[in-house]
Amino acid sequence: MNCREVRQLLSPYSDGELTPDQDAKVEQHLLECEECSQQEKSLQSVRMAISSAALYYEAPASLRQRIEATRLPIDRGGFRISLQWVTAAAGVFLLVGASAALGMLWPEQKPTADDELAHLIVANHMRSMQVDHLTDKESHESQTLLSWFQKKIGFSPLIPDLSQVGYELTGGRLDYLPDHPVAGLVYNRGSHVVNIFTWTANSFEDKPLTRLVCQGFRLRHWQRLGMSYWVVSDLNDQESDKFAKVYERYSRKILPLRLRSSDVFKIP
Amino acid sequence: MKPDERGRFEQATLPHLDAAYNLARWFTQNEHASEDIVQEAFYRAARYFRSFRGGDGRAWFLSVVRRASLAWLEKQRMQAGVAFKEDVHDRGDETSNPEILAIRKSDDEIVRQALEELPPELREVIALRELEGLSYQEIAIVIEAPMGTVMSRLSRGRERLQRRLSRCHEGRTT
Ligand SMILES: [Zn+2]
Repeated sequence: MNCREVRQLLSPYSDGELTPDQDAKVEQHLLECEECSQQEKSLQSVRMAISSAALYYEAPASLRQRIEATRLPIDRGGFRISLQWVTAAAGVFLLVGASAALGMLWPEQKPTADDELAHLIVANHMRSMQVDHLTDKESHESQTLLSWFQKKIGFSPLIPDLSQVGYELTGGRLDYLPDHPVAGLVYNRGSHVVNIFTWTANSFEDKPLTRLVCQGFRLRHWQRLGMSYWVVSDLNDQESDKFAKVYERYSRKILPLRLRSSDVFKIP
Repeated sequence: MKPDERGRFEQATLPHLDAAYNLARWFTQNEHASEDIVQEAFYRAARYFRSFRGGDGRAWFLSVVRRASLAWLEKQRMQAGVAFKEDVHDRGDETSNPEILAIRKSDDEIVRQALEELPPELREVIALRELEGLSYQEIAIVIEAPMGTVMSRLSRGRERLQRRLSRCHEGRTT
């Protein structure tokens, strides 16, 4: 092992995270090489300085009190049932969304089912924007993505071509909510990423467009023909509305042409 | 959540409240937001509690805290018009003035400042390793990255601290 190789391993060496073989080789080198040995001592002193300085932030008492007072979400069984009264509480969601300035949930506010769902959707959206996470299947072709979704989760969202109206189809992704997998469809408008999450709803009733804001993202949600749709992006209110409308309109156009009804209307 | 389930959940998470706060605090460097973030994470973790398979709740809970911290950071950066980049470009010989720093401040404060100057991606692994004592494997779970990434970020973070602190010492002895 030469000095360059040894230098690269000094950090994991000091943590005892090398394989026994590597460990022995570094150790041997340090016995023979004054410069690397000096480097290793310097690393140790930096590590000592960090761990001995009073750098640890203990949780303040106020946080402990807040935690103990936090009302926790109902478990999954309850969650499924509460989805049914979702529309009735639409007014409350907007209130909660607006008052939770940082998107945080406070113990005083009882979060609604949609609000909880919105948090999960936004989490998925943000995760998708991390490096190499946007799509599992990159394609501009509706048909390609349609078959890919069918194969992966047994259903596919409607995938209209929206390029005429300024939204480029980018690809598809599989995501998960606590209960079930969801299809994530990605469109781009300039540098804005629009994610549409769809899954088969647990009721066949149509639900009108609902607007939510969560952690600075705009969400649009509706239900049609047994499919639940959630659109999330950093587009502004007007553009978010427009996207939802355009998506719906173009979906209706392609529905009879490309999809058998059984593909779309699948109900669990 | 039923009372006994809440009990089990609290057993898995509450012992790690200091660890959670320390991580959020070092990752975001925002005192006020860190409390919100840990509370938010506590709430979110409850949602996913069924996915927790028992054992040490620390790495599991910290990964939820880390996600909530990342979401907060991303939001800050988006509001500032800067996209979040996990890539860290080494600023190597950044200019600083160690002599001025060294005059009035104690060693602890110099170390704290050096750590604060690291980008969040390097700061968090240093905090998890040096302050929390997590293994590479546990850190990999928390930051949802491969072990190789943990290893290289730790190396880079330490190299920078080494450079930074040795300059401080030189500054002080002259
Ligand atoms: Zn050497």
